[in-house]
Amino acid sequence: MSVTVFIPGALRGEAEGAASLDVAVDAAATLTTVLDAVGLRYPRLDRRIRDEHGQVRRHVNVFVGEDECRRLSGVATAVPDGAEVRVLPSIAGG
Amino acid sequence: MTYLLAIGTKKGLFTAVSDDRESWRVTGPIQLGGDASTLQSGVYAVGIDTRRDTPRLLVGADSAHFGPSVWHSDDLGATWTEPADNAPIALPAGADKSFARCWQFAFGLDPDVVYAGGEPHSFFQSNDGGLTFTMNQAFWDHPHRPTLFPGAGGAAIHTILPHPTDPAKISIAMSGGGFYRTDDGGDSWNPYNQGIRADFFPDPYPEYGQCVHKAARAAGDPNRMYVQNHGGVYRSDDEGGKWTSIADGLPCDFGFAIVAHPHRTDTVINFPINADANRFLPDNQLQAWRSDDGGDTWRSVSHGLPTDPYFGIVLRDAASTDGEQVPGYYFGTRCGDVFSTTEDSEKWTQVTSHLPDVLCVRAARV
Repeated sequence: MSVTVFIPGALRGEAEGAASLDVAVDAAATLTTVLDAVGLRYPRLDRRIRDEHGQVRRHVNVFVGEDECRRLSGVATAVPDGAEVRVLPSIAGG
Repeated sequence: MTYLLAIGTKKGLFTAVSDDRESWRVTGPIQLGGDASTLQSGVYAVGIDTRRDTPRLLVGADSAHFGPSVWHSDDLGATWTEPADNAPIALPAGADKSFARCWQFAFGLDPDVVYAGGEPHSFFQSNDGGLTFTMNQAFWDHPHRPTLFPGAGGAAIHTILPHPTDPAKISIAMSGGGFYRTDDGGDSWNPYNQGIRADFFPDPYPEYGQCVHKAARAAGDPNRMYVQNHGGVYRSDDEGGKWTSIADGLPCDFGFAIVAHPHRTDTVINFPINADANRFLPDNQLQAWRSDDGGDTWRSVSHGLPTDPYFGIVLRDAASTDGEQVPGYYFGTRCGDVFSTTEDSEKWTQVTSHLPDVLCVRAARV
């Protein structure tokens, strides 16, 4: 199945300038398997999104469809075929 | 000759280049690799490795959003990269925390060995010139580590002082932790804080837990160390075995930065701050103080600095020397001003102004 992952502007340089990536994953994919697939192609991009233990960084929000993953099952959230996954920096900084 | 000054700030890396250490061309903020957020990342650690045929610059930066990493440049800062396949610096699987920030680089005797200090309290070694680092497990497993009180600045190893001739001996310092040393190449670590005050504990002289803000190893005598503590300025003549106050003669004993002369054992430069509860400059004047007798006496060396009231202190790594035969000294402030001087002039000149808070500076002839 295929999932589209949208990349925030600041990180597109880590994905050869792409605004989004079409990611092929097996059925019954979770957010972890989607981000693992992203990491295989663009490991530096993956490290910006997740820490060394595979957890989404504190001030990064990853939406699966309309819901931020922490309101679902975190990185274990199921990702259906055709889903849109959006990586967005949270409101932070000064 | 070309001199490079790397300036890490609260928002990004800046560099300055000079032919004469008087006139500087400043560039920045500089994007590190493909991550545009690094333009505003906090740069807490910079290193200039001049042991290589081509100097290598190292930067430890962390984005509030996208986390920390270490970038390197082999073209004097024109381009930056980090390894793709492996995180340059990270805590190992099983650690109960994730790596937060790189605070320090130091260079070992082997030209490919680079040390890094991190937050949470962690010590790293690179054997490939700073491209990738491996955490020292012995320090991570030290029974003291989980009991250390982090200061507001963070729970970090912020100072690393390799021995100049014995690769097995490395000293480190931490705020809310104190001064530690390994004599066996990192297999074991022991505290060396005797005589350093800790006013924030019921026992002001505990075995460990002191808030050492910065430590420096003197040139010429590897046993001679200087410490700027969270209250107190100290000297050791036995590599940390015992510490003696050298604060008399300074306007106050609080501060963050302390810089040892690159060639003279007894010369050290200090940047006083009023007190823990009054973190402004004495008389609201930007000032540096120098001792040429191991801290027995001090004199102000502030010629050329602003004389208007000034409110930006010098943070722990925001002062450095280029190590030249005629040394240059550099410091930056939380007001984003950077100053330099040379040993033969003792007059500070302004390198740049109005940067974000200056967190660290390193300089070298490249």
